[in-house]
Amino acid sequence: MSERIIQPSAPGVGATFAKAKEEGRSVLIGYLPAGFPSYDGAISAFRAMVDAGVDIVEVGLPYSDPTMDGPTIQAAADQALRGGIRTKDVLRTVEAVASFGIPALVMTYWNPIERYGVERFAHDLASAGGAGLITPDLIPEEAGEWIAASDATGLDRVFLVALSSTDERLRITADACRGFVYAASVMGVTGARAQTSKGAPDLIDRVREVTDLPIGVGLGVSNGDQAAEVAGYADAVIVGSAFVRRILDAPDEAAAGVGELARDLAAGVRRRVL
Amino acid sequence: MTDLAPAFTTASTTGPDPHGHWGRFGGRFVPEALIAALDELDVARAEAFADPAFTDELSRMSREYAGLPSLLYDATRLSEVAGARILLKREDLNHTGAHKIRNVLGQALLTRRMGKTRVIAETGAGQHGVATATAAAYLGLECRVYMGEEDTRRQALNVVRMRMLGAEVVPVRSGSRTLKDAMNDALREWVATVDHTHYLIGSAAGPHPFPALVRDFCRGIGDEARAQSLELLGRLPDAVCACVGGGSNSIGIFTAFVPDESVRLYGFEAGGDGFQTGRHAATITAGQVGVLHGARSYLLQDEDGQTIESHSISAGLDYPGVGPEHAFLHDTGRATYAPVSDAEAMEAFQLLTRTEGIIPAVESAHAVAGALKVAKELGPDAVLVVNLSGRGDKDMDTAARWFDLLDEPAAEEGS
Repeated sequence: MSERIIQPSAPGVGATFAKAKEEGRSVLIGYLPAGFPSYDGAISAFRAMVDAGVDIVEVGLPYSDPTMDGPTIQAAADQALRGGIRTKDVLRTVEAVASFGIPALVMTYWNPIERYGVERFAHDLASAGGAGLITPDLIPEEAGEWIAASDATGLDRVFLVALSSTDERLRITADACRGFVYAASVMGVTGARAQTSKGAPDLIDRVREVTDLPIGVGLGVSNGDQAAEVAGYADAVIVGSAFVRRILDAPDEAAAGVGELARDLAAGVRRRVL
Repeated sequence: MTDLAPAFTTASTTGPDPHGHWGRFGGRFVPEALIAALDELDVARAEAFADPAFTDELSRMSREYAGLPSLLYDATRLSEVAGARILLKREDLNHTGAHKIRNVLGQALLTRRMGKTRVIAETGAGQHGVATATAAAYLGLECRVYMGEEDTRRQALNVVRMRMLGAEVVPVRSGSRTLKDAMNDALREWVATVDHTHYLIGSAAGPHPFPALVRDFCRGIGDEARAQSLELLGRLPDAVCACVGGGSNSIGIFTAFVPDESVRLYGFEAGGDGFQTGRHAATITAGQVGVLHGARSYLLQDEDGQTIESHSISAGLDYPGVGPEHAFLHDTGRATYAPVSDAEAMEAFQLLTRTEGIIPAVESAHAVAGALKVAKELGPDAVLVVNLSGRGDKDMDTAARWFDLLDEPAAEEGS
């Protein structure tokens, strides 16, 4: 029944986590919206990330009403949409990035997927070599169609858990995930923060009670020291706004800025603070 | 005499299911971080509606503070023009001048019951913001209102009102800088302040349980109108008409009548420049099914699912989404939705003013304009209940420009 269309060139998310575990380090996940600062500029920036040691990338699908994002990512999404980025361009971006030999997941609000057609998007994403979806405003209870489509195509599906999640909801959410579990470590929108979350280690402990899947921690990490700290308890460190900030601050040197930050973060996940 | 003491119940006969779905509509499309708060709210509303201490207190506040129940007024001169008998549900006479006081008093009292000390709200023209600031002042809650920067300029007087009432007004500079972006920013803040803050949403929209919660606080409009019709006519009306933006006044008046199959329900959307032009807010008429602000419903969106900005002369109807229960009533055919253009609404605005000496909100003028069409269809023996959801004082600037009513020196730009 299942129709696996994953291209052989990119290793899976699971294999990437397994390899990092062998190496005694955490995985580094980097996010940028497709089409930001431009279609080609985003692909160059992803290339720079991968060259600097990012293990998995999240390709953001720019959306008009990003209610979970702070001002930094909002600005990037606005710029990408003004530049004319379309859903099909996001899929082309995934195809380009997957060819760099790392897993590429799409990070997206739910409405654009529903509009594209859930089954059709799953098929086209798998055909493009994409590894799966991260869905910040979709909870497993509302995800029936996506769960079926991801089972049919073998795509990973990453739901989020939060500091406010009850133990029961942690179990429901982790059970629905494939690939890894995304722990939103602060109560708030995306954006770099001076200090990482104090509640995150406790949340990770609670998630480990209910699942054997790897756990990635996102929201707020912006430098190698913070990455090292989060790597002390999480299987993956997820960085988004800090990459976007680099490009907003120096758009002409997007790839160079992203590469520099990625090197700092990649060194961070290799010196865990335990 | 019919007992019109406001009664508060949850309308379980008209849904939603326990997860907040009406058929394929509604639900919860929000970050996991908010789910615990939505669950807490869902439990709290069920307990509150079952607790006479809560419902009695809300009834008392509604009566003594808000001036409820509102009148059902036999608009005889308007009826002559319309060609059918029109009864106006006078929500414009409520404290703060609209049906919105029902929702904000209910949610503010519920906020206090949940032990929270602060409310946030989104507002377009400022009417829901003013109502929320009023309820917060009345019940001693802190209040912050998110309002699109464009709207703070267009509705400066309401900004002053909110600040006078002690609320903090935050101009929203993201996206299109209007109502939908104010709602985005309120949701963004709520994720971070949810432990002590209630998001006092202004429409029968948003994630479960908000659409049901807002409906249940507004359903008194229809409960009263139904009882008042029976008392006045000895029978039910033939039709009920209301304007639909997000949909709180319309679901508020529809709910009591949904089981009465003989009563036709009409929701009139903002047709703006005419819905064929693309410049409108006729979400059900011209939108497609999708997810916005936490629920699945109809919405104005492009091929890629990006939200399209709406347009209407009425700020209160200028929203690209609509509450999920309306989407369901449309799909099942129980209610009929149709667009009313800016021009039609302003014509009805003037007609009601000149025949009855009642200046309606431009929002409510859409309901009047729609009722005039329904009256022609149903004929002289028909009785129509029209929800006059708010008063028009706030719209004098719009009226002055539309009808060119100001003398030259004062008519300059910058109001």
